[in-house]
Amino acid sequence: MSKYKSIILDPVFNNNPIARQILGICSALAVTSKLETSIVMSLAVIFVITFSNLSVSLIRKHIPGSVRILVEMTIIASLVIIADQFIKAFAYDVSKQLSVYVGLIITNCIIMGRAEACALKTPPKLSVLDGLGNGLGYSFILIFVGFFRELIGSGKLLGFSVLPLQTEGGWYIPNGLFLLAPSAFILIGLFIWIIRVWKPEQVEED
Amino acid sequence: MLEHYLSLFIKSVFIENMALAFFLGMCTFLAVSKRVDTAVGLGIAVVVVQSVTMPVNNLIYHNILKEGALGWAGLPEVDLSFLGLVTYIGVIASIVQILEMTLDKFVPKLYNALGIFLPLITVNCAILGGSLFMVEREYNFTESVVFGIGTGTGFSLAIIALAGIREKMKYSNIPEGLRGLGITFITVGLMSLGFMLFSGIQL
Repeated sequence: MSKYKSIILDPVFNNNPIARQILGICSALAVTSKLETSIVMSLAVIFVITFSNLSVSLIRKHIPGSVRILVEMTIIASLVIIADQFIKAFAYDVSKQLSVYVGLIITNCIIMGRAEACALKTPPKLSVLDGLGNGLGYSFILIFVGFFRELIGSGKLLGFSVLPLQTEGGWYIPNGLFLLAPSAFILIGLFIWIIRVWKPEQVEED
Repeated sequence: MLEHYLSLFIKSVFIENMALAFFLGMCTFLAVSKRVDTAVGLGIAVVVVQSVTMPVNNLIYHNILKEGALGWAGLPEVDLSFLGLVTYIGVIASIVQILEMTLDKFVPKLYNALGIFLPLITVNCAILGGSLFMVEREYNFTESVVFGIGTGTGFSLAIIALAGIREKMKYSNIPEGLRGLGITFITVGLMSLGFMLFSGIQL
């Protein structure tokens, strides 16, 4: 049992895809200006990575090595289309805000990386757990960044006012910088710093 | 007319820089920017691939996938736009493959210089992202050529600049936990803050 637990929990802190493996960063930055978009994006990625790991793992013995990248790409792209159409159907506003970034899950290197590094070699059950764990690790950072950007940038969480804004009679003056692109980089940089102070074995040697 | 294309080019290089304003191609951006010469190699490869794939995807979108585009084949009601993602990534992967073989055969020097970067470009989201933006904004064929060259140039500009900064940063004393990835993120954040200055410019 502890083996399964560590497969799921390892990618969240010890081997986080974003903070440690440098995978899947593009979307982590672009969609996090609000908590809502971060959560939808996380769910989409968890869905795609879990099922792509499952499908690749199920047919791993039948894929010839020379075309494996093409096969993986097709599986991932089809799953992303499902997620994309689903979001468009049930959360149209969010899909407009996410713009091209849902489609870009295809080139999200976490998914490709896990298919290559794990699903091609491991039986389905473990691959699904690995996909889930990496999806969770990704979501963890996304939701962390989304939380702070929306809270500091506009004083709201999921659209509800948490810190009353000065323009609406409250006391909080929002820091507009946090809604803009660069803040996400700086937040993730600081986040990596926190993790590495907590777990010094992750520090890079130059 | 020429003015329109020129301003589209400037816009895609500076104002809407793929790496620093849209965060596309970040994985390669952070992983391959340790040295200036490798960054230059990757930059050239991205410009080439981007300026070839973008017009091709544009033609495919306008003549096959778009709603009603199959009118020439007698199927005016067919809307294949949901197949876009698979098609674009397929086109990109095959063009990268063809380019690799052509370069290997005819310009082996350039092929050796680009080395591993060429195949890596398939999974560079700046390329796919460029095609998706092109579709979302309904660019025509000429615009897509200009936009392709522009976004490629913008990406190479950004990655070469970051590599330059990182080479200099080797000599500074950085707190242990921030070393490597952490400080790179913060540097890119500051660079992107710099590029935000362009965002108010109207062309």
